[in-house]
Amino acid sequence: MFSRVHLWFKTPRYLVLKTLRSSLANAGPLLGLIAISALFAALRWETFVRWDNFAIILQQTTVIGIAALGMTLVIIAGGIDLSVGSLVALGGVVTALLLQAEWPPLAAALAGIAACAACGAFSGLLITRLRLMPFVVTLGMMGALRGAAKKLADDQPIYLMDDTWLNRLMQLQGPGSLPPGVWLLVVLALLVAGLLRFTRFGRHLTAVGSNEQTARLCGVPVERVKVCVYVLGAAFAGIGAVLQFGYLTIGDPTTAVGLELNIIAAVVIGGASLTGGHGTVTGTLVGALIMGVVANGCTKLGLSNSVQEIVTGGIIITAVALDRLRHRGSE
Amino acid sequence: MAAPLLQLRGIRKSFGATVALAGVDLDVVPGEVHALVGENGAGKSTLMKVLAGIHNPDTGAMTLDGAGFAPRSPLAARRAGVVMVSQELAIAPHLSVAANIVLGAEPARGGVLSHGTARRQAQAALAQLGREDIPLDAATGRLSVAEQQLIEIARALALGCRVLVLDEPTSSLTSADTARLFTLVRRLREQGTAIVYISHFLEEVQALSDRCTILRDGASVHTGPTADLSNDAIVRHMVGRSVDELYPRSVRTPGEVVLAARDLACLPGVSAAALELHRGEILGIAGLVGSGRTELLRGLFALDPVQRGEVQLALHTGGRPTPARRWRDGVGFLSEDRKSEGLTLDQPIADNLVLPRLPRVFRPRDLAADAAAWIARLGIRCAGPTQNVGQLSGGNQQKVAFARLLRNEADVLLLDEPTRGIDIGAKEALYHEIDARAREGAAVLMVSSYLPELMGVCDRIAVMCRGELSPARPAADWTEHAIMLAATGAKAA
Repeated sequence: MFSRVHLWFKTPRYLVLKTLRSSLANAGPLLGLIAISALFAALRWETFVRWDNFAIILQQTTVIGIAALGMTLVIIAGGIDLSVGSLVALGGVVTALLLQAEWPPLAAALAGIAACAACGAFSGLLITRLRLMPFVVTLGMMGALRGAAKKLADDQPIYLMDDTWLNRLMQLQGPGSLPPGVWLLVVLALLVAGLLRFTRFGRHLTAVGSNEQTARLCGVPVERVKVCVYVLGAAFAGIGAVLQFGYLTIGDPTTAVGLELNIIAAVVIGGASLTGGHGTVTGTLVGALIMGVVANGCTKLGLSNSVQEIVTGGIIITAVALDRLRHRGSE
Repeated sequence: MAAPLLQLRGIRKSFGATVALAGVDLDVVPGEVHALVGENGAGKSTLMKVLAGIHNPDTGAMTLDGAGFAPRSPLAARRAGVVMVSQELAIAPHLSVAANIVLGAEPARGGVLSHGTARRQAQAALAQLGREDIPLDAATGRLSVAEQQLIEIARALALGCRVLVLDEPTSSLTSADTARLFTLVRRLREQGTAIVYISHFLEEVQALSDRCTILRDGASVHTGPTADLSNDAIVRHMVGRSVDELYPRSVRTPGEVVLAARDLACLPGVSAAALELHRGEILGIAGLVGSGRTELLRGLFALDPVQRGEVQLALHTGGRPTPARRWRDGVGFLSEDRKSEGLTLDQPIADNLVLPRLPRVFRPRDLAADAAAWIARLGIRCAGPTQNVGQLSGGNQQKVAFARLLRNEADVLLLDEPTRGIDIGAKEALYHEIDARAREGAAVLMVSSYLPELMGVCDRIAVMCRGELSPARPAADWTEHAIMLAATGAKAA
């Protein structure tokens, strides 16, 4: 039988270097965040480096961050969902309408999330049953759902008479504290990270994104996993929708146009591969924060919106290029 | 012996901490076929990549015709007359034959393609190979695998080739195409080209090569005329110890039927198949490429739908058959294509190993420890359970795929070409494992295109021909000749 055991553990020095290099690769986006923050801090110390400014950055990043958590799962599973911007609008509209109809706030919020999840299921079924490309299906859904939101709201924002606790979810409370929405983001991030690392479902969706044929061969229920992932992605967009509604205090069918690109950018800057199989929660959060910091910093510098967009686009390209180079080097 | 055309001295190459080449010497003489053999991980591919300009050696010197040879890129090597035709075909399927032959070195004047010159070059290359019958304008993707390989060799010749490296050229060829390739190689040899022939198949090395160099652990351990080397001597040099029994065959008593199929049809590949698989036996399925053997196995494993007939599994615990249920019932499947189906190459070994059987919630540390145990048991050469499977050699990748079946406690093993493209050492390990499993009562169904392997490992052999499976007969009743006759559908005289 087998007498020789071949385990080529590398020398201690090499192990140390390899760990350093791979944590550098994983910490790449974080280093980028620190560098960009340092840059803005140096340029506008008094206005940038303040607790209430950090609170504002976190508040502005929350909706994108939560939706990006769901998008991380979708992208790791090898898919993409371009309809999340429209879902944020739709979820807000549904929540507002139900509040207008005197529903209790929690029920209205859950119904808004459920509506988004149902749309996600629909996208997922179209993709798996009809074997259509996710890009194409969700592109269509993006338009259809935006139209649905506008129709439901009669093409105008939905104003509400009464204040509910939903409006306080995104409210900046005062020095030394953060809006509840930010804490919700943290909790959800921990849950998603746990899902990816410690559960069978997490491994299944990673396998599907990495090599669908292998996943199928190993008995992974590929179609079921894909639909679940789209439902989750849309549900997280729904949570973002409720928070966005709380922030705006109106149900606005025209909100979050183009948000899907920022959400996907956050995931990609964080190191996920659009072909699937790779991605982390910390990376996504860092990616979302980078974009939040850039928006905030550019405002402090008095740069116009168009310049902000150019800067953000440049950062996305640089981040992805650096990340690829680092990964290729550490192989 | 003529003066060496190509000389390699003391070539060293490391990738990080992995030493791929630890000082290799090689001499190639014009007008000879020089075989290069060695286990996977011995350094053959790396050495050839250094030769072809894909890698630069860390130390060592190469000379071509007495002058220093240090190609910076494959094109530079090609212009110098050193070309490698790799195992994975490098042709552009949408381009014509002529376009493929001049690819990368198209004759052009000021950037504008000279069609006439290109066609003449392509025609001349095909003539040198004796295959002017291939039309220059045919879409290369439509040609057979053997013809595509020929186009790649023609590309090598189009710029004038003095050293042609063939890396495992016959792994996807039928025996008829292999014979044609041999004729071609001999023809090139007559013309004065030096050919470096890399192969795992020792019968090919014996039949074709003049001299043989054997690599082990990144160094050349022996060089000499092939006529002076027996197969056993070659293998002994390759693995460093005598391999007395490559095909272990322990005493096994077949038990009850665990898997049966009657009148099975899995279109488009399988039209009529019937078999009975017993505990404790190894049933081999021979046949030509394309005869439907893979489709049969996939149908048995419920990966592809079954049109007619039923698969009866003694261990089946109910429900419509799916791959997940097959794994649960103790059936394991080893795909013939480990790179694109059998394994997720960009994921760690542990993830690949545990995928069919995962608890709902777990600690990654436990999975890694579980994987490490299997790595030790099968002797998989790797840096640890978190290394990406794509970085392992072919033999070690196959061991990971096989360990997946063992970890899943598979009682019925469906193996599709389990030893394709892996080295002698890994083959030996797998044969031992398969034999041990069968001895312990597992049932093994093995598809293979390598007749010595079928005859050596299997208890019974059935032959598949154009979608129909013949009845299985004891291996002792078959000869290689009889198997080939049955596989081609010819009736024995």
